[in-house]
Amino acid sequence: MTAVAERTTPPAPPRRRRLPRWARPVVVLVVGIALLSLTTTLTRQYQLTSSGTAQAAVRLLLPILLAGLGGLWSERAGVVNIGLEGMMILGTWGAAWAGYQWGPWAAMLGGIVFGALGGLLHAVATVTFTVNHIVSGVAITLLGLGVTKYLATLVFLPVSQNPRESPRVPGFREFSIPGLSDAAAAVESQQRVVLSDIAGLLGGLVTNLTALVVIGIALVPLSYYLLWRTRFGLRLRSCGENPVAAESLGVDVYRYKYIGVVVSGALAGLGGAALVLNPGQLGYLEGQTGGRGYIGLAAMIFGNWAPAGLLAGSALFGYVDGLQLRAGGQAVHALLYTATLLAVVVALYWVARRRWVPAVVAAVAGALVYALYFAIDTVPREFAAYAPQLVTLVVLAVPSQRLRPPAADGEEYRRGEGD
Amino acid sequence: MSHARTVLLPPALAVLFAALLCGVALVISGDNPFTALAVMVTQVGQGTTAVDIVNSAAVYYIAALAAAVGFQMKLFNIGIEGQYRLAACVAAIVGGAVALPPGLHALLILVVGALVGAGWAGIAALLKAYRGVSEVISTIMLNFVATGLIAFLISTDAFGTLRGNNISTRPIAPSGRIPGIPFGGAGTIFGLIFLAIALGVGYWFLLARTRFGFDLKASGESPTAAAAGGVNARHMVIIALLISGAVAGLVGLPEVLGRDLAYTLTSPTGYGFTGIAIALLGRNHPVGIAFGAVLWAFLDKSALALDNVGVPREIVLIMQGSVGLSVVVAYESARRYELAAEQRRVAAQLRASAGAQAEAAT
Repeated sequence: MTAVAERTTPPAPPRRRRLPRWARPVVVLVVGIALLSLTTTLTRQYQLTSSGTAQAAVRLLLPILLAGLGGLWSERAGVVNIGLEGMMILGTWGAAWAGYQWGPWAAMLGGIVFGALGGLLHAVATVTFTVNHIVSGVAITLLGLGVTKYLATLVFLPVSQNPRESPRVPGFREFSIPGLSDAAAAVESQQRVVLSDIAGLLGGLVTNLTALVVIGIALVPLSYYLLWRTRFGLRLRSCGENPVAAESLGVDVYRYKYIGVVVSGALAGLGGAALVLNPGQLGYLEGQTGGRGYIGLAAMIFGNWAPAGLLAGSALFGYVDGLQLRAGGQAVHALLYTATLLAVVVALYWVARRRWVPAVVAAVAGALVYALYFAIDTVPREFAAYAPQLVTLVVLAVPSQRLRPPAADGEEYRRGEGD
Repeated sequence: MSHARTVLLPPALAVLFAALLCGVALVISGDNPFTALAVMVTQVGQGTTAVDIVNSAAVYYIAALAAAVGFQMKLFNIGIEGQYRLAACVAAIVGGAVALPPGLHALLILVVGALVGAGWAGIAALLKAYRGVSEVISTIMLNFVATGLIAFLISTDAFGTLRGNNISTRPIAPSGRIPGIPFGGAGTIFGLIFLAIALGVGYWFLLARTRFGFDLKASGESPTAAAAGGVNARHMVIIALLISGAVAGLVGLPEVLGRDLAYTLTSPTGYGFTGIAIALLGRNHPVGIAFGAVLWAFLDKSALALDNVGVPREIVLIMQGSVGLSVVVAYESARRYELAAEQRRVAAQLRASAGAQAEAAT
């Protein structure tokens, strides 16, 4: 009886007012830039906040962002899409094939169409045949890899004399935002403590952009609008939360799931096109996706199945990837220092809230990372290349328990069998 | 009859469907599917192909068992790839560093392999059990990290030596070698094929004859029911992933101990993903997996033979991918068909008994 009595006590009084919603990303951004700027000053690793790194980050975050958006559309409709990687691989082939013949816009379209075909296959398997979503996703990734290699041998070999590479694809024209880009470059070159760091990072964001970057970034608010602010989006999300209830309200759940998964494939395919149209490569190269479909999925989970969080996750991975590509082990080593600073900030935050256990955990983690930073001079080259994946692992381990996936994500649904 | 319909028919149909699909792909690309088929069948008798198929199948079998242990509990250990490669690498390093009498030496290498595989899977297990991180994502990331770790471990700065153009671990002394079964000109079957068989028997015993196996399957079928029955879900996740990882740690060793006696930068990759596909194909059943492994190995070897007659070898990848996908669709359809048939039968019985009661009442 006591247990029952305890359970019926009135709910706890509302907690202290939290920050307004718009302020949280601002706080994260300010803390992030402050930590990076501090690290740059103390370790003299200027690549950490250079405009070149920011530029590389933008290019590298794009495929991850698009794959993550793909995951969002599919999982909001209740279908887990681990086949994003396969759809992305199909997209790279489609983009290269259409691109080398008819230019960059055709490349985008080719990527979208081939990715969407992969998505359609996933939808047929998971929605119509109720195959386990992960099983189907793994199979599609294997199949996508096979089909792509086959088609590459068949089509690219006669043109480029190499089955693993396509002919060069013409890229988009690069442009910088006039005025802003030059001003940022001027401030960056003065090497003033915090100002140059901010100018470097922001300057990189507005320099040497392509149409695809603009479209990719614009897809984030567009996805938010479509999924959260329209009747269509409400219905699609209801299929991911409670398909039986949606069905009872007359929503054609199968149709919305199909739409979600096919759009998901199309976005992943566009992510593949973004790899093909990357100014550094410009063409299909076997294995060029390098697991970015999976990282996109991780970015989406990190972002709590929401577009803004997803953008933050992709930016993190894009930044780490760009950094290791441009500056290698030394810069990744400096990131360990940033991680130590971050652990200190987190520990102080928990102390201020009088939560001792997480504070101690954060402090110990910080001490361990600092010991590692102190013990080695540089991160070995072989490791530095996989820094984004390591960051993914660490980042997923930290907030995972506060995340909330769509309620019916990955569950089997048959029309008319609800209870 | 119904047994044959639900167990044997789906994979047969799936293979047939995949073959048909590849036939169409070949016709479109201007090759004759029947010549391709003839080449695939006749290659088995030539040279060392038959022995190669058996050897590959043994390796695939171990990888598929590793996947199947997880699948029993609806855990998706995508990380077998990283686990087996890291385990083979570390085991080869340890094997090359020690000198022990024959037998003991090989045993040590096997134990090290299993421990490293379990340890690498253990990271994902702890993340899953205590932080709720999906094992799918974490094991995929661990695969990438393992690639980096291996590249570091066998670099000449760490434990590697340069042999010709290839970097490899220090060679394992002959005392660590596990002798094979020689077939003269047709090649040598790995001695560790017996390990694969033993693992298959052990897997069957574990699942069908032990309390742990029952708990494992129960946790997969219905986590709530298992919890009500006193199964600690957290421990089950950790133990299942550790077993899966330990088995995965053995995947690379038939080749290391029976042929290469070292782990090199060019040691084969991809067995982990193959293992997942084969476990699906064999429906997690030890005998089914064996058939799947042989089929997969046969298709693999066909790639070379097809290449020799000018058919793109990648057709084999399409075949394998479409077999994998169509077999799960086929199993699922068969399951649903059985379910519907069962419901119809029960409904008919109910109607009959209700009718009988109604008659009795009047």
